[in-house]
Amino acid sequence: MNDFLPSASWDRLRHRAALLKRLRAFFDERGFLEVETPLLSADTVVDRHLDPMTVCVAPAGTGDGGRPVEWLQTSPEFCMKRLLAAGGEAIYQVTRAFRQDERGRLHNPEFSIVEWYRVGDDYPAGMDLLADVAGTLLDASAVQRVSYGGAFERAAGVDPHRADLAALRHAAAARAIDVPVGYEDADRDHWLEFLFDRCVAPQLGCDQPAIVYDYPASQAMLARLGDGNPSVAERFELYVNGVELANGYHELTDGAELRRRNDAVNALREVDGKPALPATSRLLAAMDAGLPACCGVALGFDRLVMAATGADDIRDVLAFPVDRA
Amino acid sequence: MASYKTNEFRKGLKVQIDGEPYLMIEMNFRKPGKGAALFECKLRNLLRNTILSRTYRGTETLEAADVEEIDAQFLYRQGDMFVFMDNTNYEQYELTSEQVDDAAKYLKEGLGCSLMLYNGNPISLTPPNHVELEITECEPGAKGDTATNVTKPAKVETGAEFQVPIFIKEGNIIKIDTRTGDYVERVSN
Repeated sequence: MNDFLPSASWDRLRHRAALLKRLRAFFDERGFLEVETPLLSADTVVDRHLDPMTVCVAPAGTGDGGRPVEWLQTSPEFCMKRLLAAGGEAIYQVTRAFRQDERGRLHNPEFSIVEWYRVGDDYPAGMDLLADVAGTLLDASAVQRVSYGGAFERAAGVDPHRADLAALRHAAAARAIDVPVGYEDADRDHWLEFLFDRCVAPQLGCDQPAIVYDYPASQAMLARLGDGNPSVAERFELYVNGVELANGYHELTDGAELRRRNDAVNALREVDGKPALPATSRLLAAMDAGLPACCGVALGFDRLVMAATGADDIRDVLAFPVDRA
Repeated sequence: MASYKTNEFRKGLKVQIDGEPYLMIEMNFRKPGKGAALFECKLRNLLRNTILSRTYRGTETLEAADVEEIDAQFLYRQGDMFVFMDNTNYEQYELTSEQVDDAAKYLKEGLGCSLMLYNGNPISLTPPNHVELEITECEPGAKGDTATNVTKPAKVETGAEFQVPIFIKEGNIIKIDTRTGDYVERVSN
Protein backbone atom coordinates (compact mmCIF):
# COMPACT_ATOMS: atom_id res chain seq x y z
CA MET A 1 0.00 0.00 0.00
CA ASN A 2 0.96 3.63 -0.42
CA ASP A 3 0.14 4.61 3.14
CA PHE A 4 3.73 5.69 3.74
CA LEU A 5 2.91 8.79 1.71
CA PRO A 6 1.68 12.04 3.31
CA SER A 7 -2.04 12.77 2.99
CA ALA A 8 -1.43 16.51 2.52
CA SER A 9 -0.08 17.93 -0.72
CA TRP A 10 3.34 19.64 -0.74
CA ASP A 11 1.53 22.85 -1.64
CA ARG A 12 -0.46 22.73 1.58
CA LEU A 13 2.56 21.70 3.66
CA ARG A 14 4.44 24.74 2.33
CA HIS A 15 1.44 26.96 3.07
CA ARG A 16 1.32 25.48 6.58
CA ALA A 17 4.97 26.27 7.22
CA ALA A 18 4.49 29.84 5.97
CA LEU A 19 1.49 30.36 8.27
CA LEU A 20 3.47 29.11 11.24
CA LYS A 21 6.21 31.64 10.49
CA ARG A 22 3.69 34.48 10.20
CA LEU A 23 2.02 33.40 13.43
CA ARG A 24 5.31 33.45 15.35
CA ALA A 25 6.19 36.81 13.81
CA PHE A 26 2.79 38.18 14.86
CA PHE A 27 3.36 37.32 18.53
CA ASP A 28 7.07 38.15 18.56
CA GLU A 29 6.35 41.64 17.18
CA ARG A 30 3.89 42.23 20.02
CA GLY A 31 6.40 41.30 22.69
CA PHE A 32 5.03 37.86 23.52
CA LEU A 33 7.49 35.32 24.86
CA GLU A 34 7.37 31.89 23.25
CA VAL A 35 7.31 29.20 25.95
CA GLU A 36 7.38 25.42 26.09
CA THR A 37 5.55 23.36 28.71
CA PRO A 38 5.30 19.59 29.25
CA LEU A 39 3.09 17.39 27.10
CA LEU A 40 3.17 14.83 29.89
CA SER A 41 1.85 16.14 33.17
CA ALA A 42 0.51 14.84 36.48
CA ASP A 43 -2.41 17.27 36.00
CA THR A 44 -5.05 17.49 33.32
CA VAL A 45 -7.92 19.81 32.39
CA VAL A 46 -11.14 18.62 34.02
CA ASP A 47 -13.75 18.79 31.28
CA ARG A 48 -16.96 16.83 30.82
CA HIS A 49 -16.35 16.10 27.14
CA LEU A 50 -12.55 15.94 26.91
CA ASP A 51 -10.95 12.57 27.47
CA PRO A 52 -7.21 12.76 28.02
CA MET A 53 -4.91 9.88 27.09
CA THR A 54 -2.86 8.35 29.85
CA VAL A 55 0.75 7.25 29.77
CA CYS A 56 2.35 5.07 32.36
CA VAL A 57 5.48 6.98 33.34
CA ALA A 58 6.10 5.53 36.80
CA PRO A 59 5.16 2.19 38.32
CA ALA A 60 1.74 2.13 40.00
CA GLY A 61 1.61 4.12 43.20
CA THR A 62 4.94 5.86 42.75
CA GLY A 63 3.79 8.77 40.62
CA ASP A 64 2.94 12.22 41.81
CA GLY A 65 0.52 12.10 44.73
CA GLY A 66 0.37 8.33 44.44
CA ARG A 67 -1.10 8.52 40.93
CA PRO A 68 0.32 5.81 38.67
CA VAL A 69 -0.22 7.60 35.40
CA GLU A 70 0.54 10.86 33.70
CA TRP A 71 -1.67 12.65 31.24
CA LEU A 72 -0.93 13.67 27.68
CA GLN A 73 -2.14 17.26 27.65
CA THR A 74 -5.47 18.12 26.00
CA SER A 75 -4.16 21.72 25.92
CA PRO A 76 -1.18 23.51 27.52
CA GLU A 77 -3.55 25.65 29.63
CA PHE A 78 -2.58 24.54 33.14
CA CYS A 79 1.18 24.92 32.77
CA MET A 80 0.87 28.24 30.93
CA LYS A 81 -1.28 29.68 33.71
CA ARG A 82 1.30 28.49 36.25
CA LEU A 83 3.83 30.56 34.30
CA LEU A 84 1.52 33.59 34.58
CA ALA A 85 1.18 33.07 38.33
CA ALA A 86 5.00 32.98 38.46
CA GLY A 87 5.40 36.36 36.74
CA GLY A 88 4.77 35.68 33.05
CA GLU A 89 3.13 38.62 31.28
CA ALA A 90 2.48 37.85 27.62
CA ILE A 91 3.26 34.29 26.55
CA TYR A 92 2.43 32.04 23.64
CA GLN A 93 3.09 28.48 22.67
CA VAL A 94 2.82 26.29 19.58
CA THR A 95 2.54 22.68 20.63
CA ARG A 96 0.70 19.39 20.25
CA ALA A 97 -2.39 18.35 22.16
CA PHE A 98 -3.99 14.91 22.46
CA ARG A 99 -7.63 13.96 22.83
CA GLN A 100 -8.90 10.39 23.09
CA ASP A 101 -11.34 9.10 20.45
CA GLU A 102 -11.50 12.32 18.46
CA ARG A 103 -11.12 11.50 14.81
CA GLY A 104 -13.10 12.69 11.84
CA ARG A 105 -13.21 15.34 9.15
CA LEU A 106 -12.27 18.07 11.64
CA HIS A 107 -10.45 16.00 14.26
CA ASN A 108 -7.21 14.09 14.63
CA PRO A 109 -6.44 12.66 18.09
CA GLU A 110 -3.06 14.39 17.99
CA PHE A 111 -3.26 17.97 16.74
CA SER A 112 -1.40 21.27 16.75
CA ILE A 113 -2.57 23.98 19.11
CA VAL A 114 -1.53 27.60 19.49
CA GLU A 115 -2.26 29.08 22.89
CA TRP A 116 -1.60 32.59 24.22
CA TYR A 117 -2.19 34.62 27.37
CA ARG A 118 -1.71 38.28 28.16
CA VAL A 119 -1.92 39.63 31.68
CA GLY A 120 -4.08 42.75 32.03
CA ASP A 121 -6.28 42.04 29.02
CA ASP A 122 -9.95 42.46 29.92
CA TYR A 123 -12.76 40.70 28.05
CA PRO A 124 -12.93 43.11 25.05
CA ALA A 125 -9.12 43.26 24.79
CA GLY A 126 -8.99 39.45 24.64
CA MET A 127 -11.42 39.46 21.73
CA ASP A 128 -9.56 42.31 20.01
CA LEU A 129 -6.35 40.31 20.03
CA LEU A 130 -8.09 37.20 18.64
CA ALA A 131 -9.68 39.33 15.90
CA ASP A 132 -6.23 40.69 15.10
CA VAL A 133 -4.76 37.17 14.87
CA ALA A 134 -7.62 35.99 12.62
CA GLY A 135 -7.50 39.07 10.41
CA THR A 136 -3.75 38.83 9.96
CA LEU A 137 -3.43 35.10 9.33
CA LEU A 138 -6.56 34.71 7.21
CA ASP A 139 -6.07 38.00 5.35
CA ALA A 140 -9.52 39.19 6.43
CA SER A 141 -10.25 42.90 6.33
CA ALA A 142 -12.77 42.65 9.19
CA VAL A 143 -13.82 40.19 11.86
CA GLN A 144 -17.50 40.11 12.80
CA ARG A 145 -18.69 39.87 16.43
CA VAL A 146 -21.99 38.33 17.47
CA SER A 147 -23.31 37.42 20.89
CA TYR A 148 -24.11 33.76 21.50
CA GLY A 149 -27.61 34.69 22.64
CA GLY A 150 -28.33 36.91 19.64
CA ALA A 151 -27.03 34.43 17.07
CA PHE A 152 -28.89 31.59 18.79
CA GLU A 153 -32.18 33.44 18.93
CA ARG A 154 -31.98 34.46 15.27
CA ALA A 155 -31.15 30.95 14.06
CA ALA A 156 -33.11 28.75 16.47
CA GLY A 157 -35.87 31.08 17.64
CA VAL A 158 -35.27 30.68 21.38
CA ASP A 159 -33.30 32.59 24.02
CA PRO A 160 -30.55 30.15 25.06
CA HIS A 161 -29.98 31.85 28.40
CA ARG A 162 -33.60 31.53 29.53
CA ALA A 163 -35.25 28.72 27.54
CA ASP A 164 -36.00 25.55 29.50
CA LEU A 165 -35.49 22.02 28.22
CA ALA A 166 -39.01 21.79 26.81
CA ALA A 167 -38.57 25.02 24.82
CA LEU A 168 -35.26 23.76 23.37
CA ARG A 169 -36.82 20.44 22.34
CA HIS A 170 -39.70 22.33 20.81
CA ALA A 171 -37.28 24.51 18.80
CA ALA A 172 -35.69 21.36 17.32
CA ALA A 173 -39.09 19.85 16.50
CA ALA A 174 -40.31 23.11 14.92
CA ARG A 175 -37.31 23.03 12.59
CA ALA A 176 -37.69 19.31 11.83
CA ILE A 177 -34.13 18.64 13.00
CA ASP A 178 -33.14 15.00 13.17
CA VAL A 179 -32.49 14.43 16.87
CA PRO A 180 -29.76 11.99 17.96
CA VAL A 181 -30.77 8.58 19.29
CA GLY A 182 -31.22 8.73 23.07
CA TYR A 183 -31.54 12.52 23.26
CA GLU A 184 -34.90 12.21 25.00
CA ASP A 185 -33.09 12.15 28.34
CA ALA A 186 -30.20 14.48 27.42
CA ASP A 187 -29.75 17.50 29.67
CA ARG A 188 -30.16 21.19 28.86
CA ASP A 189 -26.52 21.79 27.91
CA HIS A 190 -26.57 18.89 25.45
CA TRP A 191 -29.61 20.42 23.80
CA LEU A 192 -28.01 23.86 23.68
CA GLU A 193 -24.84 22.45 22.09
CA PHE A 194 -26.84 20.35 19.68
CA LEU A 195 -29.05 23.24 18.50
CA PHE A 196 -26.04 25.53 18.28
CA ASP A 197 -24.20 22.97 16.16
CA ARG A 198 -27.14 22.36 13.81
CA CYS A 199 -28.73 25.79 13.49
CA VAL A 200 -26.26 28.47 14.55
CA ALA A 201 -22.71 27.33 13.73
CA PRO A 202 -23.27 26.66 9.99
CA GLN A 203 -24.13 30.36 9.54
CA LEU A 204 -21.10 31.68 11.42
CA GLY A 205 -18.04 33.12 9.72
CA CYS A 206 -19.24 32.61 6.15
CA ASP A 207 -18.47 36.07 4.73
CA GLN A 208 -15.74 36.99 7.20
CA PRO A 209 -14.36 35.36 10.37
CA ALA A 210 -16.81 35.69 13.30
CA ILE A 211 -16.24 35.86 17.05
CA VAL A 212 -19.12 34.56 19.16
CA TYR A 213 -19.13 35.83 22.77
CA ASP A 214 -21.13 35.58 26.03
CA TYR A 215 -21.68 31.85 26.37
CA PRO A 216 -24.29 30.34 28.71
CA ALA A 217 -23.09 30.38 32.33
CA SER A 218 -23.40 26.58 32.42
CA GLN A 219 -20.73 26.38 29.68
CA ALA A 220 -18.20 28.68 31.33
CA MET A 221 -15.45 26.02 31.58
CA LEU A 222 -12.49 28.11 32.79
CA ALA A 223 -13.99 31.51 32.02
CA ARG A 224 -15.18 33.98 34.63
CA LEU A 225 -18.87 34.82 34.86
CA GLY A 226 -20.07 38.31 33.99
CA ASP A 227 -22.09 40.47 36.36
CA GLY A 228 -25.13 40.86 34.09
CA ASN A 229 -28.53 39.26 34.39
CA PRO A 230 -28.79 36.59 33.20
CA SER A 231 -25.20 35.87 34.06
CA VAL A 232 -23.14 34.80 31.06
CA ALA A 233 -19.67 33.31 30.74
CA GLU A 234 -16.96 35.65 29.47
CA ARG A 235 -16.00 33.09 26.87
CA PHE A 236 -15.58 33.60 23.12
CA GLU A 237 -14.98 31.44 20.07
CA LEU A 238 -13.75 32.13 16.55
CA TYR A 239 -15.68 30.63 13.61
CA VAL A 240 -14.75 30.46 9.94
CA ASN A 241 -17.18 28.89 7.45
CA GLY A 242 -19.17 27.28 10.26
CA VAL A 243 -16.09 25.64 11.82
CA GLU A 244 -14.82 26.53 15.29
CA LEU A 245 -11.15 27.58 15.13
CA ALA A 246 -10.42 29.02 18.57
CA ASN A 247 -11.79 29.29 22.09
CA GLY A 248 -10.94 32.08 24.53
CA TYR A 249 -11.70 33.06 28.09
CA HIS A 250 -11.55 36.09 30.25
CA GLU A 251 -9.87 33.75 32.68
CA LEU A 252 -11.28 32.53 35.94
CA THR A 253 -8.74 33.39 38.67
CA ASP A 254 -10.65 32.17 41.73
CA GLY A 255 -9.28 28.81 42.89
CA ALA A 256 -12.24 28.07 45.15
CA GLU A 257 -14.63 28.51 42.23
CA LEU A 258 -12.50 26.20 40.04
CA ARG A 259 -12.62 23.54 42.79
CA ARG A 260 -16.42 23.77 42.78
CA ARG A 261 -16.55 23.50 38.96
CA ASN A 262 -14.15 20.53 38.92
CA ASP A 263 -16.36 18.65 41.40
CA ALA A 264 -19.47 19.47 39.35
CA VAL A 265 -17.78 18.30 36.13
CA ASN A 266 -16.66 15.06 37.74
CA ALA A 267 -20.21 14.43 38.95
CA LEU A 268 -21.44 14.85 35.35
CA ARG A 269 -18.67 12.59 34.03
CA GLU A 270 -19.90 9.92 36.42
CA VAL A 271 -23.43 10.34 35.00
CA ASP A 272 -21.92 9.93 31.49
CA GLY A 273 -20.13 6.75 32.60
CA LYS A 274 -16.69 8.34 32.34
CA PRO A 275 -13.87 8.16 34.91
CA ALA A 276 -13.37 11.18 37.16
CA LEU A 277 -10.33 13.37 36.43
CA PRO A 278 -7.97 14.67 39.14
CA ALA A 279 -9.78 17.40 41.07
CA THR A 280 -6.55 18.74 42.54
CA SER A 281 -3.72 20.19 40.50
CA ARG A 282 -0.72 22.49 40.64
CA LEU A 283 -2.89 24.99 38.75
CA LEU A 284 -5.09 25.28 41.84
CA ALA A 285 -2.01 25.94 43.94
CA ALA A 286 -1.00 28.64 41.43
CA MET A 287 -4.47 30.20 41.56
CA ASP A 288 -4.41 30.19 45.36
CA ALA A 289 -1.03 31.94 45.20
CA GLY A 290 -2.51 34.47 42.77
CA LEU A 291 -3.24 34.22 39.06
CA PRO A 292 -3.32 37.75 37.61
CA ALA A 293 -6.38 38.85 35.61
CA CYS A 294 -5.86 37.92 31.96
CA CYS A 295 -7.36 36.60 28.77
CA GLY A 296 -6.24 33.42 27.07
CA VAL A 297 -7.05 31.77 23.74
CA ALA A 298 -6.44 28.31 22.27
CA LEU A 299 -6.41 28.07 18.48
CA GLY A 300 -6.54 24.86 16.47
CA PHE A 301 -3.65 25.38 14.09
CA ASP A 302 -4.63 22.56 11.70
CA ARG A 303 -8.07 24.11 11.28
CA LEU A 304 -6.50 27.52 10.68
CA VAL A 305 -4.49 25.96 7.85
CA MET A 306 -7.68 24.33 6.55
CA ALA A 307 -9.44 27.71 6.50
CA ALA A 308 -6.48 29.45 4.86
CA THR A 309 -6.08 26.82 2.12
CA GLY A 310 -9.72 25.90 1.54
CA ALA A 311 -9.31 22.30 2.75
CA ASP A 312 -12.41 20.54 4.03
CA ASP A 313 -10.74 17.56 5.68
CA ILE A 314 -8.04 17.80 8.35
CA ARG A 315 -6.17 15.04 6.50
CA ASP A 316 -5.51 17.53 3.73
CA VAL A 317 -3.32 19.67 6.02
CA LEU A 318 -1.52 16.94 8.00
CA ALA A 319 1.52 15.13 6.69
CA PHE A 320 0.54 11.97 8.51
CA PRO A 321 -2.93 11.72 10.13
CA VAL A 322 -3.54 9.07 12.78
CA ASP A 323 -4.13 6.18 10.36
CA ARG A 324 -0.75 6.85 8.70
CA ALA A 325 1.14 7.93 11.82
CA MET B 1 -23.91 -11.25 19.51
CA ALA B 2 -21.14 -8.70 19.95
CA SER B 3 -21.91 -5.00 20.07
CA TYR B 4 -20.05 -1.92 18.89
CA LYS B 5 -19.37 1.22 20.91
CA THR B 6 -19.53 4.51 19.08
CA ASN B 7 -15.73 4.80 19.05
CA GLU B 8 -15.68 1.56 17.00
CA PHE B 9 -18.16 2.91 14.43
CA ARG B 10 -16.72 2.90 10.91
CA LYS B 11 -17.70 2.40 7.30
CA GLY B 12 -18.42 -1.24 6.48
CA LEU B 13 -19.76 -2.23 9.92
CA LYS B 14 -22.80 -4.53 9.82
CA VAL B 15 -25.21 -3.73 12.60
CA GLN B 16 -28.67 -4.64 13.83
CA ILE B 17 -31.23 -1.81 14.13
CA ASP B 18 -34.92 -2.34 14.97
CA GLY B 19 -34.58 -6.03 14.17
CA GLU B 20 -33.01 -5.63 10.72
CA PRO B 21 -29.44 -5.79 9.40
CA TYR B 22 -27.77 -2.60 8.17
CA LEU B 23 -24.45 -1.80 6.54
CA MET B 24 -22.78 1.41 7.74
CA ILE B 25 -21.95 3.26 4.50
CA GLU B 26 -20.94 6.60 6.02
CA MET B 27 -19.75 7.67 9.46
CA ASN B 28 -19.06 11.23 10.41
CA PHE B 29 -17.61 12.21 13.81
CA ARG B 30 -18.85 15.58 15.06
CA LYS B 31 -17.86 17.42 18.17
CA PRO B 32 -19.41 20.83 18.47
CA GLY B 33 -17.29 23.41 20.28
CA LYS B 34 -16.68 22.06 23.72
CA GLY B 35 -19.79 19.89 23.60
CA ALA B 36 -20.49 16.19 23.48
CA ALA B 37 -19.40 14.04 20.55
CA LEU B 38 -21.99 12.91 18.01
CA PHE B 39 -21.65 10.13 15.47
CA GLU B 40 -23.61 10.75 12.27
CA CYS B 41 -24.24 7.56 10.36
CA LYS B 42 -25.74 6.61 7.02
CA LEU B 43 -26.85 2.99 6.94
CA ARG B 44 -28.17 0.77 4.17
CA ASN B 45 -30.83 -1.77 5.04
CA LEU B 46 -29.47 -5.09 3.78
CA LEU B 47 -32.94 -6.57 3.32
CA ARG B 48 -34.72 -3.68 1.64
CA ASN B 49 -31.85 -1.56 0.28
CA THR B 50 -33.30 1.58 1.88
CA ILE B 51 -31.04 4.26 3.40
CA LEU B 52 -31.34 5.32 7.03
CA SER B 53 -29.69 8.43 8.55
CA ARG B 54 -29.14 8.28 12.31
CA THR B 55 -27.07 10.27 14.77
CA TYR B 56 -25.76 8.63 17.94
CA ARG B 57 -24.28 10.10 21.09
CA GLY B 58 -21.08 8.70 22.54
CA THR B 59 -22.82 6.56 25.14
CA GLU B 60 -24.81 4.50 22.60
CA THR B 61 -23.94 1.05 21.28
CA LEU B 62 -25.17 -0.94 18.29
CA GLU B 63 -25.54 -4.68 18.19
CA ALA B 64 -23.54 -6.48 15.50
CA ALA B 65 -25.70 -8.12 12.83
CA ASP B 66 -25.14 -11.82 12.19
CA VAL B 67 -24.13 -11.26 8.58
CA GLU B 68 -21.51 -13.23 6.69
CA GLU B 69 -20.47 -13.49 3.06
CA ILE B 70 -19.71 -16.88 1.49
CA ASP B 71 -18.35 -17.99 -1.88
CA ALA B 72 -21.04 -19.85 -3.78
CA GLN B 73 -21.81 -20.92 -7.33
CA PHE B 74 -25.07 -20.62 -9.24
CA LEU B 75 -26.59 -24.02 -9.96
CA TYR B 76 -29.95 -23.52 -11.66
CA ARG B 77 -33.17 -21.56 -11.74
CA GLN B 78 -36.50 -23.15 -10.84
CA GLY B 79 -39.41 -20.84 -11.53
CA ASP B 80 -38.98 -17.87 -9.22
CA MET B 81 -36.17 -19.45 -7.22
CA PHE B 82 -32.44 -19.27 -7.91
CA VAL B 83 -30.42 -22.09 -6.39
CA PHE B 84 -26.79 -21.66 -5.24
CA MET B 85 -24.26 -23.94 -3.60
CA ASP B 86 -21.68 -23.09 -0.94
CA ASN B 87 -18.31 -23.95 -2.49
CA THR B 88 -16.82 -25.21 0.76
CA ASN B 89 -19.54 -27.43 2.28
CA TYR B 90 -21.84 -28.00 -0.74
CA GLU B 91 -24.84 -26.68 1.18
CA GLN B 92 -27.55 -25.29 -1.08
CA TYR B 93 -29.27 -21.90 -0.73
CA GLU B 94 -32.29 -20.45 -2.51
CA LEU B 95 -32.84 -16.80 -3.38
CA THR B 96 -36.02 -15.30 -4.83
CA SER B 97 -35.85 -13.32 -8.08
CA GLU B 98 -36.64 -10.24 -6.00
CA GLN B 99 -33.54 -10.87 -3.87
CA VAL B 100 -31.39 -11.65 -6.90
CA ASP B 101 -32.69 -8.49 -8.58
CA ASP B 102 -30.56 -7.13 -11.40
CA ALA B 103 -27.86 -9.79 -10.94
CA ALA B 104 -30.14 -12.34 -12.68
CA LYS B 105 -28.83 -10.99 -15.99
CA TYR B 106 -25.42 -12.50 -15.26
CA LEU B 107 -26.38 -15.82 -13.73
CA LYS B 108 -25.18 -18.64 -15.91
CA GLU B 109 -24.62 -22.15 -14.61
CA GLY B 110 -21.47 -22.48 -12.50
CA LEU B 111 -20.92 -18.71 -12.02
CA GLY B 112 -19.04 -17.99 -8.79
CA CYS B 113 -20.79 -15.34 -6.64
CA SER B 114 -20.59 -13.86 -3.18
CA LEU B 115 -23.70 -14.73 -1.19
CA MET B 116 -24.70 -12.72 1.89
CA LEU B 117 -26.23 -14.68 4.76
CA TYR B 118 -28.20 -13.08 7.58
CA ASN B 119 -28.83 -15.32 10.57
CA GLY B 120 -27.77 -18.16 8.27
CA ASN B 121 -30.33 -17.34 5.54
CA PRO B 122 -29.34 -15.91 2.15
CA ILE B 123 -30.47 -12.31 1.59
CA SER B 124 -28.52 -11.06 -1.43
CA LEU B 125 -25.76 -11.88 -3.86
CA THR B 126 -22.97 -10.03 -5.59
CA PRO B 127 -21.74 -11.37 -8.94
CA PRO B 128 -18.03 -11.06 -9.84
CA ASN B 129 -17.10 -7.66 -11.33
CA HIS B 130 -16.73 -9.20 -14.79
CA VAL B 131 -18.61 -12.09 -16.36
CA GLU B 132 -18.19 -13.73 -19.75
CA LEU B 133 -21.37 -14.49 -21.67
CA GLU B 134 -22.11 -16.04 -25.07
CA ILE B 135 -24.17 -14.13 -27.63
CA THR B 136 -27.22 -16.17 -28.67
CA GLU B 137 -29.08 -13.64 -30.79
CA CYS B 138 -28.22 -10.41 -32.54
CA GLU B 139 -28.50 -8.55 -35.85
CA PRO B 140 -25.59 -9.27 -38.16
CA GLY B 141 -23.09 -6.43 -38.10
CA ALA B 142 -21.77 -4.46 -41.03
CA LYS B 143 -18.57 -6.10 -42.29
CA GLY B 144 -15.35 -4.41 -41.39
CA ASP B 145 -17.01 -2.04 -38.96
CA THR B 146 -14.75 -2.19 -35.92
CA ALA B 147 -15.97 0.97 -34.24
CA THR B 148 -16.92 0.42 -30.59
CA ASN B 149 -18.94 3.59 -30.14
CA VAL B 150 -21.81 2.42 -32.36
CA THR B 151 -23.84 -0.24 -30.60
CA LYS B 152 -26.73 -2.61 -31.10
CA PRO B 153 -28.71 -4.80 -28.72
CA ALA B 154 -27.68 -8.45 -28.36
CA LYS B 155 -29.19 -11.32 -26.41
CA VAL B 156 -26.88 -13.55 -24.32
CA GLU B 157 -27.15 -17.08 -22.96
CA THR B 158 -28.91 -15.91 -19.76
CA GLY B 159 -31.68 -14.37 -21.84
CA ALA B 160 -30.63 -10.83 -20.92
CA GLU B 161 -29.91 -8.11 -23.46
CA PHE B 162 -26.84 -5.87 -23.59
CA GLN B 163 -25.63 -3.11 -25.88
CA VAL B 164 -22.62 -4.38 -27.87
CA PRO B 165 -20.51 -3.00 -30.73
CA ILE B 166 -21.73 -3.54 -34.29
CA PHE B 167 -19.03 -6.15 -35.13
CA ILE B 168 -20.23 -8.65 -32.50
CA LYS B 169 -21.78 -11.85 -33.95
CA GLU B 170 -23.84 -14.73 -32.63
CA GLY B 171 -21.59 -17.26 -30.90
CA ASN B 172 -19.09 -14.61 -29.75
CA ILE B 173 -18.19 -14.55 -26.07
CA ILE B 174 -18.15 -11.08 -24.56
CA LYS B 175 -17.07 -9.63 -21.21
CA ILE B 176 -19.58 -7.47 -19.27
CA ASP B 177 -18.85 -5.26 -16.25
CA THR B 178 -21.57 -6.23 -13.75
CA ARG B 179 -21.26 -2.97 -11.79
CA THR B 180 -22.36 -0.90 -14.78
CA GLY B 181 -23.86 -3.45 -17.20
CA ASP B 182 -21.44 -2.18 -19.85
CA TYR B 183 -19.73 -4.20 -22.57
CA VAL B 184 -15.96 -4.44 -21.94
CA GLU B 185 -14.48 -6.54 -24.74
CA ARG B 186 -14.87 -9.53 -27.02
CA VAL B 187 -13.22 -12.58 -25.46
CA SER B 188 -13.50 -15.02 -28.38
CA ASN B 189 -15.18 -15.47 -31.75
